[in-house]
Amino acid sequence: AVLRGGMCPQVSAALKEGRVTPTELCQRCLSLIRSTKFLNAYITIAEETALKQAEESEKRYRRGQPLGVLDGIPIAVKDNFNTAGIETTCASNMLKGYISPYNATVVQKLLDQGAVLLGKTNLDEFAMGSGSTDGVFGPVRNPWSYSRQYKKKSVPKSHSEDEESNWVITGGSSGGSAAAVSSFTCFAALGSDTGGSTRNPAAHCGVVGLKPTYGLISRHGLIPLVNSMDVPGILTRCVDDAAVVLGSLAGHDPKDSTTIQDNFKPFELPNLTDVSKLSIGIPKEYHAPGLSSEILALWSKAADLFKNAGAKVTEVSLPHTRYSIVCYHVLCTAEVASNMARFDGLEYGHRSDMNKSTESMYAATRREGFNDVVRGRILSGNYFLLKQNYENYFVKAQKVRRLIANDFLKVFGSGVDILLTPTTLSDAVPYMEFIKEDNRTRSTQDDILTQAANMAGLPAVNVPAALSERGLPVGLQFIGRSFQEKQLLTVAKWFEKQVKFPMIQLEEVKRHDHDVFQHQQSASFS
Amino acid sequence: AAARGCGGVWRRACQRGAGGHSLAPRGQRAVACNARGGAVPPGKSGLAPWVPVVGLEIHAQISSNSKLFSGSEVQFAAPPNSLVSFFDASLPGTLPVLNRRCVEAAVMTGLALNCSINKKSLFDRKHYFYADLPAGYQITQQRVPIAVNGSLSYSLCIDNKMSQMVTKTVRIKQIQLEQDSGKSLHDDTRSQTLIDLNRAGVGLMEVVMEPDMCCGEEAAAAVRELQLILQTLGSSQAIMAEGQLRVDANVSVHRPGEPYGVRTEVKNINSIRFLAKAVDYEIQRQIEELKNGGTILNETRAFDSKLGCTVPMRDKEGKQDYRFMPEPNLPPLILYNAKSLPANMNHQQVVNIDWIHERLPDLPSVKRAKLVEQYGILPEHSFTLMSEDGLTEFFENVVKQTQMKPNKVIGWILNDMLSYLKQHSLTVKESPVSSFLLADLLNLLEKKEISSTAAKQVLAELWKGEGKTPLEIVKEKKLELIQDQKELEQICQAVIDGQENEVIMMVLE
Repeated sequence: AVLRGGMCPQVSAALKEGRVTPTELCQRCLSLIRSTKFLNAYITIAEETALKQAEESEKRYRRGQPLGVLDGIPIAVKDNFNTAGIETTCASNMLKGYISPYNATVVQKLLDQGAVLLGKTNLDEFAMGSGSTDGVFGPVRNPWSYSRQYKKKSVPKSHSEDEESNWVITGGSSGGSAAAVSSFTCFAALGSDTGGSTRNPAAHCGVVGLKPTYGLISRHGLIPLVNSMDVPGILTRCVDDAAVVLGSLAGHDPKDSTTIQDNFKPFELPNLTDVSKLSIGIPKEYHAPGLSSEILALWSKAADLFKNAGAKVTEVSLPHTRYSIVCYHVLCTAEVASNMARFDGLEYGHRSDMNKSTESMYAATRREGFNDVVRGRILSGNYFLLKQNYENYFVKAQKVRRLIANDFLKVFGSGVDILLTPTTLSDAVPYMEFIKEDNRTRSTQDDILTQAANMAGLPAVNVPAALSERGLPVGLQFIGRSFQEKQLLTVAKWFEKQVKFPMIQLEEVKRHDHDVFQHQQSASFS
Repeated sequence: AAARGCGGVWRRACQRGAGGHSLAPRGQRAVACNARGGAVPPGKSGLAPWVPVVGLEIHAQISSNSKLFSGSEVQFAAPPNSLVSFFDASLPGTLPVLNRRCVEAAVMTGLALNCSINKKSLFDRKHYFYADLPAGYQITQQRVPIAVNGSLSYSLCIDNKMSQMVTKTVRIKQIQLEQDSGKSLHDDTRSQTLIDLNRAGVGLMEVVMEPDMCCGEEAAAAVRELQLILQTLGSSQAIMAEGQLRVDANVSVHRPGEPYGVRTEVKNINSIRFLAKAVDYEIQRQIEELKNGGTILNETRAFDSKLGCTVPMRDKEGKQDYRFMPEPNLPPLILYNAKSLPANMNHQQVVNIDWIHERLPDLPSVKRAKLVEQYGILPEHSFTLMSEDGLTEFFENVVKQTQMKPNKVIGWILNDMLSYLKQHSLTVKESPVSSFLLADLLNLLEKKEISSTAAKQVLAELWKGEGKTPLEIVKEKKLELIQDQKELEQICQAVIDGQENEVIMMVLE
């Protein structure tokens, strides 16, 4: 039962009281990872080191000196964070077999606090995508595809078809991390969020996905997509857990010059009882083309929930939102073109056998090492950076980015505390349907609601809100003021408490663990 | 970023000049830059003379313990790839962290070169693929460099005469901070390239000089003065032979009153002497090319020191588009002065321009003026003193320890000592004769205990470095002058008494 809940206070208390040992916990997670292997959530399982870490943790608990709430807690890390001694692949042929000599700062911080690293999770190649379908290790399957909730509602419609074709995507690019948390194989996972890569899969997998303020958490060791927008993301089962992990990661890192200088004080989230002083903004531009009526209804329901509880809910405008995606496309590909230049086969990673000349070796290495999506972005990024195009594309995109950020500043300056928006346009689509469109089209559609927060560097969190008609999770997004994570998560926690999002009922896992149904909760809120 | 090209003008000029105007024959120094900044004299046809234009781009390696953006050590001639951090090797996920010392060195240099220091400067990525550039881009300061709009005064002598010196000024366009690249070693027999990343990421200051010079001699004098300034500041060791100072020259020629000609960039110059040669050769080459109806290509040429000429560098890709982009991992570099210094900021986090300004050492020009004033020596002597590392200190130490007047000491230093050192390729520090020994010797001379001729004999003994003092040598060789009148009279008397006839004859003669 301990495995199903959040980390705090249940598991932490169980560990402290000795009801479960870190080793037991680790072993149960590892066996769950094995039994859910078909989800393809993990690229690498670090069984040996995980068990060793658990053993160390156990010793600390026995001595009565655990390092903190995270001591002994099994976690997973997206495979674009460097982990010393454990393969870091970015789901790319380019880095297949690459073992980094150092830990990303966030990984090191988690290990320093006793967390047990189970493995590295799957993603789109170099985090470029919104489905977790475009990595060299294959797509990640959404655990909800195998839930009773989904099967009950969706399978009968297509019972003639092979069950295989019905599974839905996790969203991405941190789909492996979202699936890992959602399928109970770990309590928290690190993702990365450049345009929504943490919040999008969190929404599709029914977990909490936090994108902190840019500069609050070190990027050192995160293999970059867009340096000026990348933020390590946090995926957990509840908002409280996200706050705990945030507290363990946030703060200045001398190895990342873009982190804040001020000290960060970890916080505990209060239980909000009175929301009457709260001002919630509903940005009208997020009523985007393609937004499903179901999600629209859920969004207004959520707004009403705040209104009825006494909060001030007003419609606000972020007029430049509609330029966000095209602007993001220019800035993203430009930085991608630059960041990917280092993968030339010389110092590390894949190197082609082609050795006619250094140039031909570069070309072959990069053609063999990168998939079409990565190569396409490199090509367009280099185009935007050409001397003749720089002013027309890159500089303009930067200006638009400033306008987008200013939109948020104006709204927050007018007294709005938190913005409430949908996280995704719809619930997760079946893989077979998703791959009908190319990666670029998909990313453009899927990032539309999440990506402006990255442009402005603002903190944003996905909170699971309800199940769709098809029995799949739907999440809503809260966007807060810069560095006001405490306020943001406090409101998120209040909302989480109101909606009572149902727990996933995993059929496949049921065979291994009969506790599954113990935590059934109501499947809707109103 | 120097001479702007204008090929069309050249073609017209050549057509107009068709009809056999001739320049000085090859071998003769046609590019007679006579320090007055004159143009090359006209040929027989009476056509307007050629005006050579020279601009310089100088890369000075910053003298610091660690690299510009990483903690790895900076050291010359260390074992290959022994000074390489994860960042230097561009391992994925690593980030640059700016080295404060490098910033201070650049500010110091900027101030010494009369630049305005930008309170806010930015870093950019310059992209190109090369084996010794692991990240595929160099972090530099393309848009807003750390220092701009300065000037450098330098002196050179007219017609090679030390007594006729003129002072010139070259404008400094900018100083930018940037990373050095690694080194590629091509093994042709095994057809492979070996990469050494020890140098990758070392801090460089690129000093861009405006095209205010007109010949090799001027360029050489300007670089020499810059080298002295850098060494005085300690911001760079600036040893050209070790690659700590690298000079690229932009050269063009045009007719007076006409736009600048197409320029070429001359690289691969590794000594000041070669700089003068390379620039003069290139000017001469361009003039001859145009004279013969040819055109100058906007190209990069390398100086071949063995052949003494410049040759086109094989540049397969042609023109590169560096696809500059702001470096997103480094916030703008903000510098403060006493006024803008925030009160509650950690001192480790700020660089205060005023603080650095107050602590600037005397620059070579000031030191020279002081030497002239304090010791009464000639200005050209001050140049020679300053141009040899440690020579000024040596001179001052000798002066301190001797009663001889400085303006007499200087002769011993510059004529006797320096020529000896030059002959034996020794530095001042390696001199077998210390300032103490020389002072000792000069004191003997000053007290008239020995003659000037004897002093030179003693000095010749001292060079042997046998550990004898000047006095010991004097005694050994019986070189003392006899000061006692009676003793002298006695000697004379003895001589006369013994050799009466000869003495009388001598007197008669």
